[in-house]
Amino acid sequence: MKVIGFAGLARRSLPSYWDAAAFVLVIAVLVAIVSGSHGVAVPLPPPEQAPVDLDYWNLPYYALRTTLRMFAALIASLIFTFTYATICAKSRRAEMVLIPVLDVLQSVPILGFLSFTVTFFLNLFPGQVLGAECAAVFAIFTSQAWNMAFSFYQSMRTVPKDLDEVSRGFQLTGWQKFWQLEAPFAVPGLVWNTMMSMSGGWFFVVAAEAITVGDTTIKLPGIGSYLAVAIDGQRLDAVFAAVVAMLFVILAYDQILFRPVVAWAGKFRVELTAGDVDNESWVLTIFKRSRWIQALLWPLGWVLRRIAFLPLRFPRVSVLSARPAPGFSRIMDVLWYILIAVGVVWSGWMVVDFVSTTLGWADVGEAFKLTFFTMIRVVGLIFLASIVWVPVGVWIGLRPKVADIIQPIAQFLAAFPVNVVFPFVVVGVIYFNLNPDIWLSFLIVFGTQWYILFNVIAGASAFPHDLREAAENFHVKGWLWWKSVMLPGIFPYYFTGALTASGGSWNAAIVAEYVKWGQDKVSAHGIGSYISIATDAGDFPRIVLGVAMMSIFVTMLNRFVWRRLFTMAERRLRLD
Amino acid sequence: MAQLANATDLLDVRHVKQRYRNSNGDEGQLVLDDVSIKLVEGEIVGLLGRSGCGKSSLLRIVAGLSMPSEGDVTFQSAPVTGPVNGVAMVFQSFALFPWMSVLDNVELGLKVQGVSDSEARRRALSAIDLIGLDGFESAYPKELSGGMRQRVGFARALVVNPKILLMDEPFSALDVLTAETLRTDLLDLWTEGRMPIKSILMVTHNIEEAVLMCDRIIVLSSNPGRIASEIRVSLPHPRNRLDPEFRQLVNDIYARMTQGSIKTATHGAFPGSGIGMSLPHVSTNSLAGLMETLAGKPFEGKAALPILAEETGMEIDELFPIAETLQLMRFAEIADGQIGLTDAANRFVHAEVDVRKKIFSDHLIAYVPLAARIRQVLDERPTHRAPSNRFLGELEDHMSDDYAETTLEAVTNWGRYGELFAFDEAAQVFSLEDPT
Repeated sequence: MKVIGFAGLARRSLPSYWDAAAFVLVIAVLVAIVSGSHGVAVPLPPPEQAPVDLDYWNLPYYALRTTLRMFAALIASLIFTFTYATICAKSRRAEMVLIPVLDVLQSVPILGFLSFTVTFFLNLFPGQVLGAECAAVFAIFTSQAWNMAFSFYQSMRTVPKDLDEVSRGFQLTGWQKFWQLEAPFAVPGLVWNTMMSMSGGWFFVVAAEAITVGDTTIKLPGIGSYLAVAIDGQRLDAVFAAVVAMLFVILAYDQILFRPVVAWAGKFRVELTAGDVDNESWVLTIFKRSRWIQALLWPLGWVLRRIAFLPLRFPRVSVLSARPAPGFSRIMDVLWYILIAVGVVWSGWMVVDFVSTTLGWADVGEAFKLTFFTMIRVVGLIFLASIVWVPVGVWIGLRPKVADIIQPIAQFLAAFPVNVVFPFVVVGVIYFNLNPDIWLSFLIVFGTQWYILFNVIAGASAFPHDLREAAENFHVKGWLWWKSVMLPGIFPYYFTGALTASGGSWNAAIVAEYVKWGQDKVSAHGIGSYISIATDAGDFPRIVLGVAMMSIFVTMLNRFVWRRLFTMAERRLRLD
Repeated sequence: MAQLANATDLLDVRHVKQRYRNSNGDEGQLVLDDVSIKLVEGEIVGLLGRSGCGKSSLLRIVAGLSMPSEGDVTFQSAPVTGPVNGVAMVFQSFALFPWMSVLDNVELGLKVQGVSDSEARRRALSAIDLIGLDGFESAYPKELSGGMRQRVGFARALVVNPKILLMDEPFSALDVLTAETLRTDLLDLWTEGRMPIKSILMVTHNIEEAVLMCDRIIVLSSNPGRIASEIRVSLPHPRNRLDPEFRQLVNDIYARMTQGSIKTATHGAFPGSGIGMSLPHVSTNSLAGLMETLAGKPFEGKAALPILAEETGMEIDELFPIAETLQLMRFAEIADGQIGLTDAANRFVHAEVDVRKKIFSDHLIAYVPLAARIRQVLDERPTHRAPSNRFLGELEDHMSDDYAETTLEAVTNWGRYGELFAFDEAAQVFSLEDPT
């Protein structure tokens, strides 16, 4: 079993000026969106919409709507991936800016920006449901697109040299090479990252279907809205129904869409060994074996093949023959740097200007303090989850039969949008009058702890048998066994899991630190509740401040702690 | 055999020079120095050399996959400025697209040329048939054995009807028996004139393979690659490896390829001098192993390189670096295709572990300037510690980044074995202390 994590996480680098520049640019774009749309229409015209009904029999329809949103976002993410990542891989100058931007986007808790994007899309289509639909789809998009683009970019940069030479030898045009070599080569990584992003996707769709910005409340028909209405009406039975519906939807999505795709992606793996266990999918098997489905698909395949072989060229000078004069290139570089610098300074000024109209240094201090609280919460809970799940994961991983059963369940649980089950905890907190600062914290790792579990299982399963035998032969037992044998062995896996979990936990904090049950509101002290409360109040400068502060923390934590540990784990503790 | 009498120039490589380009795009060391080759119709020409002689770079220049720093290449009197139709290549790693079936892989070049579907299918099937792959049309590369994969590589190259077939060590990734079968099959097709190609240019580091297949062998010297000699092989096909004339040629080429070592005997066979000498990554076990093999029966301290190669099952790419490292450290002498152990080597072979280490480190410090330098710096510094970057930087003034890294790695390993210094891998620091 392989390490389960996102493509972007494995990048090794320390913060640079480029990251700072990218960070300013990202925040500035979001500010521009909101301040631009602010002027157009205040307050927002609420779109016409059908009320969400809590009748159980509506759930299948809502589930369908939610699934379609997921699907739309997936297509949008693919289009983004193919263009953005290709531009990054093909243009050095674009790469300088676009890759750090992508890196920052991965760390920014986009959930905090939901109000911005909703405002933006509602203004784009005033008075129409389409605006809200777009906003929801965009929210899901943001949970997938960055990872997918990263994965694709990395694949394009690591295309095997000999295959590249074959393509050039046969004089494939850029377009032909893209479809014959680069895209197929990227498929396994892309599929994997897409699947890994699904968990975030479900989480976001639940959060994005029902959203209140200031005085405007939008509820799109879907499981997320159904849940929101159930919470408003304090209907625990309806919450339960939503959980069950969600389970079915994810199961169907997994079986009908992802299993077949993963099985199909197996053929694009470059390692030329036949020994690999291929993933199997009953859906794909039916498709492959059924002659009439094949016959139906054949014309489509024929047309696509034709398109893929069209001798189109990308608008680019040939690198090989015509190398531009170095002097000219240097001048262009300098101009390009100046352009970026001007853009960054101007953007930075715009962000500060926007935030400082209503907020001062005291607010910055407040945001810093709250982010620190949230960080303690995230780090502490990842630690707690590790203490629980590492031994459990190792126990399972060393028993292949148990692992075969547990592993899919753990992966399934990771895909489950945990915000659906929040109400149960909230009811408990209210009923027993518990301290929200402590008990709400657990919601943060509710969904993300599974990454730790299934990575540890994968690590323990992959632990070489001979090393285990050697340990046994020398009577290595107890704490020494953990310290010298097993923990170093699963370290790289564990870190990938913990890193992924930590990333997801920051996002979850925005939802988890401020929860409602009917009219009751429970909040914990932290940047998540700060952002959520500001969203409810439509206080845009506070949202920007909160999200910016959180992003800085996440980025710093990733760069200074996680990636260093990751690099160390990669170098010292790899077993293959 | 094809029509040698009415030979015309197919390919003309004139005064080609190639330099390394490092990551910054700056030009560095020479890879190829003033190489000129002509290829006429009806011949198989072999580029024989060791790793680092630029033979693969030369092949890529001919294929139009990279441009020379200086000089030019013409194919059928037209300058080569990029990949051209009429030149096809077979790769050492096969370079098959794993997501395409055998048929799709073979059809690729035709489809790009815009050949109609039915025509492409017909030609691909006949190429597959010719190369002995029928029955595997719909298989995927990962289902095939190495030999079958390389057959796909041949079919894919032949199907576009090239004039010249370029082969980059096409048999070196295969096991001995499979390689022999493939060579024989290819030679049969060639001598019977059943392939559309007019000429073959192949790269190899296997001397016997070159003598078996080629009409002309061009021996390249290493670092930078220059044409050292050209040998015409006029033995008729099929050639017999046991034929005395065949053996004589092989021995002759071995002698020629070790000649370079004699000329520069002052600091061995390696390019550069002093600190800037570029060294191969050879393990101390291999060094000791070769000395022991030579000291034992049947060699008794002296052996002809071809026989040694056969006895140890090593190709020259493996054998020569070890032999020349021994020569550099004065553990062996190489001349006329013969290698002989020195007195020091004989003492080494018969000594206990600690004495071996002592002999080794004495020779290391005396004959490998970089090792001496590292030791000197460590001795001089009050902390007796030095980061590896310090030496790497110094090496990079003399050679490319890759070579600098390999060289330092090699010397680090030798030094650690000889207990000349210690090295902390994680911190990348040399020191004099042993781990406590």
